[in-house]
Amino acid sequence: MADNVKPKVRVPKTATAGEAFTIKTLISHPMESGQRKDGDGNVIPRSIINRFTCDFEGENVIDMTMEPAISTNPYVEFEAMVPANGTMTFTWYDDDGSVYTETKDIEVS
Amino acid sequence: MKFTRRNTMLMAFGATAAAMLPARAMASVEDIVAAFTGGADVGSEGLTLTAPEIAENGNTVPIEVSAPGAVSIMVLATGNPTPGAATFNFGPLAGSQAASTRIRLAGTQDVMAIAKMADGSFVQVTQEVKVTIGGCGG
Repeated sequence: MADNVKPKVRVPKTATAGEAFTIKTLISHPMESGQRKDGDGNVIPRSIINRFTCDFEGENVIDMTMEPAISTNPYVEFEAMVPANGTMTFTWYDDDGSVYTETKDIEVS
Repeated sequence: MKFTRRNTMLMAFGATAAAMLPARAMASVEDIVAAFTGGADVGSEGLTLTAPEIAENGNTVPIEVSAPGAVSIMVLATGNPTPGAATFNFGPLAGSQAASTRIRLAGTQDVMAIAKMADGSFVQVTQEVKVTIGGCGG
């Protein structure tokens, strides 16, 4: 398991129903590509986050597959539209089976 | 230089290996594209790929894809050892079919984006990004 994995999500506290707003997510993760070698010439095994999803009350906003070409500390920015008050769930899936989640409440005015 | 049997063998092997390397990399890009599109015709309108023309550091190259009406968008770094970069699948609550992230590029190469539209058609764009420092630990 990668150490110090910390998700950070920026979501507006309030939103207007039916209007798109921007979500920015960042998670600290080394995203070891499996291409690098250590000092002795041994390949450092791949260890990345391979999937990121964002859901709102069970409905999907975005589902992203990540490959080794995603940079260290994966950053994703996208837009969402919500119909009512509720909770957004952000989930990151690690190669080693760990799952990191973060939730944000949104008020719709 | 004397052409001993060993020298000839080595030269032949070197030439074969050099010829095979780029061919193999290209083939896998084609394979990935074929797997994504299922061999369908690919258009070129309706998808925007925003990437810098020159990236100083290949470790973090900001890219943005946008395709109104797309179901999913796949991004490929065609010159990387593993060409796949990311696939965005947009759900019913996506505010727009656009997303941005940061990718690694091993060197100067074409970045390719392919969008699958809601009607099942495909759109592809390619942009060259010049990289001054590679991003794959080389």
